Amino acid sequence: MIDFIWLTLFLSGIVTAMFTGHMSHVANAILKGAESGVQLSIGLISAIALWLGLMKIAEQAGAVAWLSARLRPVARFLFPSVPPDHPAMGAILANMSANLLGIGNAATPLGLQAMRELQTLNPDKETASDAMCTLLAVNTASITLIPTTVIAMRMQYHSAHPTAVVGTTLIASAIGTVAAIALDRMYRAIDRRRRGRA
Amino acid sequence: MQQAISAISEWMLPLLVGVILLHGIVKRVPIYSAFVDGAKGGFGTAVRLIPHLIAMVVAVSVFRASGAMDLLVKCLHPVLNWLHIPAEVAPMGILRPISGQGSLAMMIDIFQKHGPDSWLGMLASTMQASSDTTLYILTVYFGSVGISRFRYALKVGLLSDFISVLASVFAVSLFSGMIHF
Repeated sequence: MIDFIWLTLFLSGIVTAMFTGHMSHVANAILKGAESGVQLSIGLISAIALWLGLMKIAEQAGAVAWLSARLRPVARFLFPSVPPDHPAMGAILANMSANLLGIGNAATPLGLQAMRELQTLNPDKETASDAMCTLLAVNTASITLIPTTVIAMRMQYHSAHPTAVVGTTLIASAIGTVAAIALDRMYRAIDRRRRGRA
Repeated sequence: MQQAISAISEWMLPLLVGVILLHGIVKRVPIYSAFVDGAKGGFGTAVRLIPHLIAMVVAVSVFRASGAMDLLVKCLHPVLNWLHIPAEVAPMGILRPISGQGSLAMMIDIFQKHGPDSWLGMLASTMQASSDTTLYILTVYFGSVGISRFRYALKVGLLSDFISVLASVFAVSLFSGMIHF
């Protein structure tokens, strides 16, 4: 998929340049693009390091544990098939908390741990369980309180209000997450009916 | 409204830093060494980004320098206009569920061209922040436990990604005062 998109960007650019006569611009863009790719990455070190440092303090101060406790009722509603005291529930809560705080590096390993725990509850080891599908729906929509990477990039590009994105992200990701949960429930019901018939 | 929001966002960063540090001290976290320990990861993260950024920035530069981007914007304009999505962010929206680092590179491209505080810059920021790399997450999460039948998970992920794009347009419009209730 990514191969296809990457190729399309190049080929459509080169073919268009044949007609627009911008071939010299394209040749220049290839070299300049690689150069700015490196400069961008190096420039990001400062902002990313700053945020990772701050989030480490928050993490060690127990921000994840605090949020997990707050999220417990939500998780019970979202994952009715998981027993509340099962280790899977703990991993799911930690994963959701890390996502909310924008600690992506921590969210993924916690999510994978949740998947391992959910797999122990799964009767068919090759087919996704309902709870797994919900966990992925929540993760891909990723409701976010503090979008750390994007704030870091905005700082890097001299934004006057790097954190202005917090409000818009909260609204957009909340809508996205509600939609994901609703779609998950809807497709689960359709899936059940289809299986019932078969 | 607009002034209030910009005042809040000016205060937000210093306040956030202050709250994190104070909360850390209260919880007896060795804040300085914790900060240094976490910040260490910044270098690795940025270095890991280099190949992705080179790949995507070169491709997007070619796409734009050739005039293909203008062409795409012109072609998609009627459809996207109806959905209130600016055509400039369309390639980023398509790439978002497939490659997080690729769409990050496109967001930076929009920052460079239009500025992070412009309408497009805010929209790109919100799109990047409010969604995740659906295909990557599905592959890694299901792959790690050997699940081969995803059922409806991909459909749900991609549909909600699309809704997230619309929601981002809505949220940024709301904040920029384009929608009045």
